[in-house]
Amino acid sequence: MKKKTPWPYVFFWVLISFLTLFPIYWLFVISVTPSFELFSTPSVILQHVDWQNYTEVIGNPTLRGYMMNSLLISSGNAILTTTFGFFACYALSRFNLSGKESIFFWTITNRMAPPAVFLLPLFLLLTKVYRIEGFTLLDTRIGMILVYCTFNLPFAIWTLRPTVDGIPKELDEAAFVDGASPWKVITEVVFPLCRPGLAVTLILTWVFAWNEYLLAATLTNFNARTLTTGLSEYVTTTGTAWGIMAAISIFTLIPALIVFSVVQRHIVAGLTFGAVKG
Amino acid sequence: MKSNTFGWILLAPTIVVLFFFGVLPFLYVVYVSFHQWNPFAANPYMIYNGAGNFRQIVFDGAFLASLGVTVAFVFFAVLTEVIVGYLLAQAFMSDFPGKAFFRTIHTLPLIIAPIIVGSIWKLMTTPSIGIIPHLLQSSVGFDLNIGQSAAAAFIITIIMDVWHWTPLVTLTLIAALVSLPPDPFEQAQIDGAGKWQIFWHITLPMIAPAVMATVFIRLMDALRIVDEVLMLTGGGPGSATRYIGVHIFREVFPRTNYGYGSAISVVVLYLTIVACWLLYTGMLAPRKPRKS
Repeated sequence: MKKKTPWPYVFFWVLISFLTLFPIYWLFVISVTPSFELFSTPSVILQHVDWQNYTEVIGNPTLRGYMMNSLLISSGNAILTTTFGFFACYALSRFNLSGKESIFFWTITNRMAPPAVFLLPLFLLLTKVYRIEGFTLLDTRIGMILVYCTFNLPFAIWTLRPTVDGIPKELDEAAFVDGASPWKVITEVVFPLCRPGLAVTLILTWVFAWNEYLLAATLTNFNARTLTTGLSEYVTTTGTAWGIMAAISIFTLIPALIVFSVVQRHIVAGLTFGAVKG
Repeated sequence: MKSNTFGWILLAPTIVVLFFFGVLPFLYVVYVSFHQWNPFAANPYMIYNGAGNFRQIVFDGAFLASLGVTVAFVFFAVLTEVIVGYLLAQAFMSDFPGKAFFRTIHTLPLIIAPIIVGSIWKLMTTPSIGIIPHLLQSSVGFDLNIGQSAAAAFIITIIMDVWHWTPLVTLTLIAALVSLPPDPFEQAQIDGAGKWQIFWHITLPMIAPAVMATVFIRLMDALRIVDEVLMLTGGGPGSATRYIGVHIFREVFPRTNYGYGSAISVVVLYLTIVACWLLYTGMLAPRKPRKS
């Protein structure tokens, strides 16, 4: 093919990047605009920066609590799903379990259903069925950690399977011959070799749990409410605290963006369950 | 050597968690869907109702309307994403300075929480603070108000979805285009084929599996859109953007009519499975004989 000058492409992509970034920039503009200026003529260029909304969000004990909940729930869930997923993948990869491929496929079906469908049954189960003498899982962090497993655990299993399958079986067998227990083989032989894959899974499951809204909005009231649900509390029928809403959005956005820069390459493979390698 | 028992022990936590939070909710919702149950009614117990709930759904205008707008939304959003995504992927095929940088920026929306995407677009489009209504008003005098105009709200939700998910289509199609062998293209050029002919007869058939996989993933996700729309329009104005997930969230919960809500959940789940299965067989199967 003949060589074309690259500059039209660069111009084109500058334009596309502008379209991609502008909404995020606008979020930032609103978050640093003082509320009395908000309803004057919208302006693309920042006149002056006012961090008041941010100090208000950080200074608000309720929102700090939500942030803490978000952090604990998504970290707990990421660690739990990655650990369980790793164990499950090891079992699926190394043992000759009957119907293991069916089990493997069954896990992903838990993720395919629209989450809205599971709102009501999960709500009913958490309030009416899963209870021990008045203690229910509704509105608890541990409850949310377990509920998030329905979409994160299948994801962890599906992304970790190739990693675990890729570790040569001979390594395990050599360790067995040396007299190591199965547990020791997992923790001291297989685990260190899977570290890169585990790290990516840990990070992506963390982001999914951090970003989740619908289940958190229905299954929590106050004690385990997360930052994403706190966001919607600022949209009320009497008016919206636009600046605060934007500042919370920025707070929710930042961890995801940091994570993005770390695992950028793996994101597409992750979002498509490895159907496409990014 | 090692016994299978240890394998089952390792698999047990996964099976237990997914059983209690994945399978049991499903079985429970099916069970409840055959009952009339409102815990706050005079009779707060489950009453067996047979297929009564399902009979009610068939004549439920709000539910059917919601189904209709969902189908329209999914169709327009996914179609736009695939076309735009393909053009962008094609634009990435040649070398130019800063390619990796632009690619990274283009991928950015993917990782943003859906609820944040909703809030971003709410801030962009709400009259009086949003930049889009302001620009439209001052440049062409068009009054964009997603709180009043059903069509505007519907289109803005599509634009939002396109902004959020086109990067996924672009990246998957880049992966597909990169893996194509160069020979057929060179041969076609030697034979004097036009650009359109090359696209239609060589590129498209070769990337069809990747396109289908992408469409499939996007369809499943677009069918279950909730967070963004809930934040942006709340399903309004009226019921213009009350997509099926939003409908369940807004309508079923506050009414505490658990039996009927469960029935709707079962129907939506069933329709999703059928839709996915039809798409899968309808789009993938006819291509198989031609390939051999």
